[in-house]
Amino acid sequence: MTPSGQAAVQDSSHYRGNPTGEVLIDVRGLKMHFPVTEGVLIPRVVASVKAVDGLSFQIMKGETLGLVGESGCGKTTTGRCILQLENPTSGEIMFHGQDINGLDDKAMIDVRKKIQVIFQDPFSSLNPRMKIGEIITEPMKVHNIFPDEDARQKRAVDLLTTCGLKANFYDRYPHEMSGGQRQRVGIARALAMNPEFIICDEAVSALDVSIQAQVINLLEDLRDEFGLTYLFISHDLSVVRHICHRVAVMYLGHMVELADCDELFDNPIHPYSQALLEAVPIPDPDLENSREHKIIKGEIPSPISPPSGCVFHPRCPKAVAKCSNQFPELREVRPGHWVACTEV
Amino acid sequence: MLNTSEIEVESDFEELSEKRPFFQVFFELIRKQPLGAAGGGIVVLMILMAIFAELLTVFDPELNSLEHMLMPPDDTFWLGTDQFGRDLLTRIIYGARTALLVGFTCAIVGATLGLVLGVASAYFGGMFDLIVQRIVDVVMAFPLIILALAVVATLGPGTQNVIIAITIPFVPQCARVVRSNALAIREIPYVDAARALGFSDMRIILRHMVPNVMAPYLIMLTSFLGQAILLEASLSYLGMGVQEPTPAWGLMLQGGAEEFAESAPWVAIWPGIAISLAVFGFNLFGDSVRDTLDPKLRSR
Repeated sequence: MTPSGQAAVQDSSHYRGNPTGEVLIDVRGLKMHFPVTEGVLIPRVVASVKAVDGLSFQIMKGETLGLVGESGCGKTTTGRCILQLENPTSGEIMFHGQDINGLDDKAMIDVRKKIQVIFQDPFSSLNPRMKIGEIITEPMKVHNIFPDEDARQKRAVDLLTTCGLKANFYDRYPHEMSGGQRQRVGIARALAMNPEFIICDEAVSALDVSIQAQVINLLEDLRDEFGLTYLFISHDLSVVRHICHRVAVMYLGHMVELADCDELFDNPIHPYSQALLEAVPIPDPDLENSREHKIIKGEIPSPISPPSGCVFHPRCPKAVAKCSNQFPELREVRPGHWVACTEV
Repeated sequence: MLNTSEIEVESDFEELSEKRPFFQVFFELIRKQPLGAAGGGIVVLMILMAIFAELLTVFDPELNSLEHMLMPPDDTFWLGTDQFGRDLLTRIIYGARTALLVGFTCAIVGATLGLVLGVASAYFGGMFDLIVQRIVDVVMAFPLIILALAVVATLGPGTQNVIIAITIPFVPQCARVVRSNALAIREIPYVDAARALGFSDMRIILRHMVPNVMAPYLIMLTSFLGQAILLEASLSYLGMGVQEPTPAWGLMLQGGAEEFAESAPWVAIWPGIAISLAVFGFNLFGDSVRDTLDPKLRSR
């Protein structure tokens, strides 16, 4: 990577303060509404699932932004929109100051080289009919990064070694490997095109705890070595706390809180974030049994017809009358700590 | 570089499968799939018959010989002769060529076109999928033989047109089955990964999706083989298929059944047996291929 990228990483590896430096990804007002259609021959739209509904955030170069929230809150959809695997309904996704939303396929190829993804399930993210070597060299071949086959092979072996795998995995098939090994192959494939930005979509959720720690450490090492920027999507709060610089909490397609990692975990302000953090068990049975559990009532509402006003108000312990008609904008309650709630 | 020794904790595997000698695999297959092996045997016999037709018989399959008309089976003509004095065994052996040519060409071309169409339909989705599937619905609404007859009636009889006529109804059948499998594969993350890596649609379809729908494709292909042979015989029997003097089983049946069913039954019986055996063999073989490739359908 470029020396400047390296320097920025060196500065930011211990930084937990307000985001500074170059903005790499700037998402503005992202909306992803999936149409619900009826009719076989001539489908007509009868409703829409508002998976992501007006999301805005920035990610600085060298930073790791955590995106947390319960299942179905739109975390993964956000990642897929940035990757342009979905066509967002509206909004802008600025990458290096260029809006990549709706770019045509040709122009998109240059962006795709820079933005990569690591998937949750290591068993389905690798094509079972291709050897590990083919999986890693294919992107280099297609995008002509290394025209020479020997050079490609050498680079693939380098990547395997970097990701903690032996060179002889080059000729193996994915089914011959364990989950942790496959996830490392997924990481090596993502690195093959020298990306700047990697979306880790629940990248360690499918692995058992000891392997999780290894892969997390690998991701951290790679971030420092290659100056990578991560969007770390996860529901595992302890992992997020370990790896992320800043954390965003999502609920039903909206961002409810955004703050530096330690700030959010120590002083959650939004009622939903508080409930989410309280759900994390304490590994001491005495403490765990003696503390009071505040369980938020009700089920997550359908994203087809989200509640009016603040989307969290039907379940919120602090809700007042105006919450049901006034939509709360994100506001900065402390330096670098943004909350979407009118009552705090 | 990283300190690789620190993170290199997962040791590599033992060699998972040792190579076994071919005959051992072969005998195990016969033991596990006796019917499939029998079907495979019939298929291999047919292929050998077609390849070495010239060596197996001394007679000419197309040359009329008026002094040997309608001879019953004897020492010289093992299966007898037909109304033009041609040796039936010779014509059955040469008929295997026609049957295999039509069977393999139709099955391979039809199934492959269906494969590409089905995967593309699933991959692109939306309007393209809708239109392709409605066309498939229309074509599949016709019974196989009616559609093939309609195509032959338009193009005229002859081996080449018969192949076209049989291939066309196969394409939508295979496309439908492959599409349903490809729809599931479309949602598997490695396809998303391929898209995120900026691969072209063509590469994703051919390199990432097609190899993973090989099982339904091969199952359709083997089931088409028997169907195509039967369909060719049917068309020839109806006079819309292969034309005289080309040796073809359906054609031999037509010539024999109409006039000589009582006076010279052997003219119709032998080609009939040949057709039945061939279709039986291909279907048995196809069933065992399906059992091997699709464990969900396996009944044990």
